[in-house]
Amino acid sequence: MPDIPTGALRRTLNLARPDDVYTAIVDAHKGLSDEQVRAFDARLVLLLANHIGDEATIREALAAARATLDGGFLAG
Amino acid sequence: MGSYDYRHYCYRRPPELEGKSVRRPVVIVGAGMAGPTLALGLALRGVPSVVLDEDDTVSVGSRSICQAKQSLEVWDRFGVAGRMVEKGIVWEQGEVFLRDTPIYGFSLQPEPHHKFPAFVNLQQYYVEEFLFERCLAEPLIEFRFRNKVVGVQPAAEGVTVEVETQDGRYTLEADWLVACDGAHSAVRHLMALPYPGEVFRDQFLITDIRFKGDLPKKRRFWFYPPFHPTNSVLLHRQADDVIRIDFQLGPEADAEEEKKPENVDRRLRQMFGPDARWEHEWTSVYTFSCRMFVHGRVIFAGDAAHIVSPFGARGGNGAIGDVDNLAWKLALVAGGQAPESLLDSYDHERRAAARENIRQSTRSTDFITPKFPASRAFRDATLALARDFPFARALINSGRLSTPTSHSASPIDTADTDNDWVRGPGPGCAMLDGPVAGNGDGWLIDRLGNDFSVLSFCERAGDRAPLSLPADVAGLLIAGDGAVAPSGWTVLRDCEDVLRQRYDARAGTTYLIRPDRYVAGRWRRFDTAAVDEALRRAGGHA
Repeated sequence: MPDIPTGALRRTLNLARPDDVYTAIVDAHKGLSDEQVRAFDARLVLLLANHIGDEATIREALAAARATLDGGFLAG
Repeated sequence: MGSYDYRHYCYRRPPELEGKSVRRPVVIVGAGMAGPTLALGLALRGVPSVVLDEDDTVSVGSRSICQAKQSLEVWDRFGVAGRMVEKGIVWEQGEVFLRDTPIYGFSLQPEPHHKFPAFVNLQQYYVEEFLFERCLAEPLIEFRFRNKVVGVQPAAEGVTVEVETQDGRYTLEADWLVACDGAHSAVRHLMALPYPGEVFRDQFLITDIRFKGDLPKKRRFWFYPPFHPTNSVLLHRQADDVIRIDFQLGPEADAEEEKKPENVDRRLRQMFGPDARWEHEWTSVYTFSCRMFVHGRVIFAGDAAHIVSPFGARGGNGAIGDVDNLAWKLALVAGGQAPESLLDSYDHERRAAARENIRQSTRSTDFITPKFPASRAFRDATLALARDFPFARALINSGRLSTPTSHSASPIDTADTDNDWVRGPGPGCAMLDGPVAGNGDGWLIDRLGNDFSVLSFCERAGDRAPLSLPADVAGLLIAGDGAVAPSGWTVLRDCEDVLRQRYDARAGTTYLIRPDRYVAGRWRRFDTAAVDEALRRAGGHA
């Protein structure tokens, strides 16, 4: 697996009620077609990226998501 | 079956068949884990009961194996938890694997200083055997094996129960009927009550084997393991070198085919390798549902009232929570010391508990068996991120294991009036155990009464009682060294300095603890009038 740079991106848990948030995210996708899921996730990423604001953090998150996709356990 | 010797308990011709009929305060249907626990809880408070069961032996198969701390604390009051801990496998560690790599380990009891461990794995047949033995030695409990309920007629003031035996049918008149007769409750069917809920289509192969070899005393969960690459597998240790393995099969599997010993062996061979040896104990294929139901002069408890998925050990432990909540209330109502409306709080509180258990176990089920592609994508993304990102490990949900549920806004609890609590169990939460000293070292849970208890904290106890308490309320005063016990109070020392922490206590802090060891109210000062009022409310006299 390629190295994921460490910097501003938080790696430890930052949610008070992680299961609630996870369930809310998954449930928000219920009933959507594959195409709608892609459109929904694109909107969600843009909203959250704007909220985070810090470009270095966003770039690091992009690299991390990409790294686990290319070399990760569940790649492909 | 191999390691366990199923005893058959004696059927006795019921006296009603000779025309000797007496009205019973409480009839319990079902001798599983919940029914006998309720009978013992009632007997502890002097209320007799009759327990009817259509069978004459304990649970066939290990079924509910993870006995949680809060259930052990209930059974400890009847003196049977020690046997269970001794016989069972104590475990506090869990491990989650992705493919063949451990990605997450957890400890269920992160803090020391509790009498009981987070979990003891013990087959349901042992739990029932120990409970049955205790019940059979209790004069207030009448066990009737091979007595099948075939009719239930509820009325305003009681219930008429029709019972079938090998010697014929008879009728029992009861003030209260409690259905603890499981997921396929005969009482519920006889009353033609609907049982709405969500049915899950995924099938699981569950198999118990006696395993020759060493395995760690941990719960192990695999996502996509090499030996079962398309789904998940769960492994638990049990007593007598028995292990439980759950293979997730998916909705399309052929249950009859999967259950065949040669097919189970093939799966086990892939899992344990060519040299492993085992013997079969029990195999079953199950699906499950999440349902909920509670009712009036006929009271439902355990699986007869609500069903959860097995992830999280919430079925058996939820049932024990139900009957422990019910026992003291039903004893007060049956004894004429409380109005019937006290039982409304059973409905309120255990409905909240069932909702919480169903919510938690449904979430685990959705994580383990995602229902739609996006759900699976998020699940797999969580697993993929887990190695490098600790936050993702916290999101892996292979079963959030049973802890005592809380309820809010119960009609019999008293809400906080002081607003400076930073921790500690509030009204509706389970009390917390801890070590105490005073008349020998021991545990706080052993010093509470069978009725209400008041737990007060002070710097130095003197002759003067901090509060005046009714005679049947146990007063426990946590004080410093050399304190004198005021009349009617027991003085205990917080010997490991953990109770002050756990109860967010300072001088004057007072907790009112119910007979089921839940907090009914708490205050920052000694206030006899406030405690009196809370006691009245908790007894249904508000």
